[in-house]
Amino acid sequence: MVDLLNEVHAARDARDFDRLGGLIPYARLIGMRFEADPEEPDGLCIRLPYREDLIGRPGSGSLHGGLLGAFLEHAAIMQILWRAESRVLPRIINFHVDYLRRGAQQETYAEVDIRRQGRRVANVHASAWQTDPRRPVAAARGHFLLSPPEAE
Amino acid sequence: MSESLAESVSLEQAKRLFEGSPHGALLGLELVELGESYLIARVPYRPELVGNPETGHMHGGVITTLIDQSCGAAVIRQAGPDARIVTLDLRVDHVRPAEPGHAVYARCECYRMAREVAFARAVAYDTDPDRPVATSMSAFMRLQEESARG
Repeated sequence: MVDLLNEVHAARDARDFDRLGGLIPYARLIGMRFEADPEEPDGLCIRLPYREDLIGRPGSGSLHGGLLGAFLEHAAIMQILWRAESRVLPRIINFHVDYLRRGAQQETYAEVDIRRQGRRVANVHASAWQTDPRRPVAAARGHFLLSPPEAE
Repeated sequence: MSESLAESVSLEQAKRLFEGSPHGALLGLELVELGESYLIARVPYRPELVGNPETGHMHGGVITTLIDQSCGAAVIRQAGPDARIVTLDLRVDHVRPAEPGHAVYARCECYRMAREVAFARAVAYDTDPDRPVATSMSAFMRLQEESARG
């Protein structure tokens, strides 16, 4: 069993960002990368390098829309863990994605704004951008449950 | 066996189209049923799709991707094979985690096709269609020929 919170804190203390990428199988599958944020001390920069198997429709040259939503969802989870020291892996309640521009065959970045974090729930806004943070390709908001699952 | 030949051929064609998505293929999305006004797609469980290694639950993003692609396909089914569409927005409510080890299914329908905009809804489930793991609403824009080029 992996203690995710300890893993994230150990990775942060060691500045070992690669360790974060290995924690969640799905994030590893799509190739999400975690790095030190060059613009914010102790910040976490989350990006998704372009790969051909991230394309939605063959020949469209556009990233899969569901993937962009999923990327933002996982970026939100990791930023909550990174910044807010949730005691458990945040569990998704809901997520609403607006698609603003075509996701081109380029690297994509996630910007995450934790609007409110209570004891039990976090409200998060997130946007995905490629060449210019002011021109996002997708913007999302969602809620995450921070309380431990009942069974435990 | 009750399927007519025409129905089974169109399911085969639709499967080829659906399963031709490069990213859908990475996750293993499959089209399993094509109704008159709905379709059902699924994502078989694989350890690579897990979002919580402590519980083995599939990542919510996998379900989002399944729903997005399936609702898009349901809209195309209504609009005709040559229609070009883009997703405007997609909302997913994750009402309970999917059972580890089980495929997740999405039943999608395009319930309103207007001239420029289409609306779809979806229910995702694992073992029992009456006990959803997620519900979803989405809207799509139909591209005109001119903007389709850009």
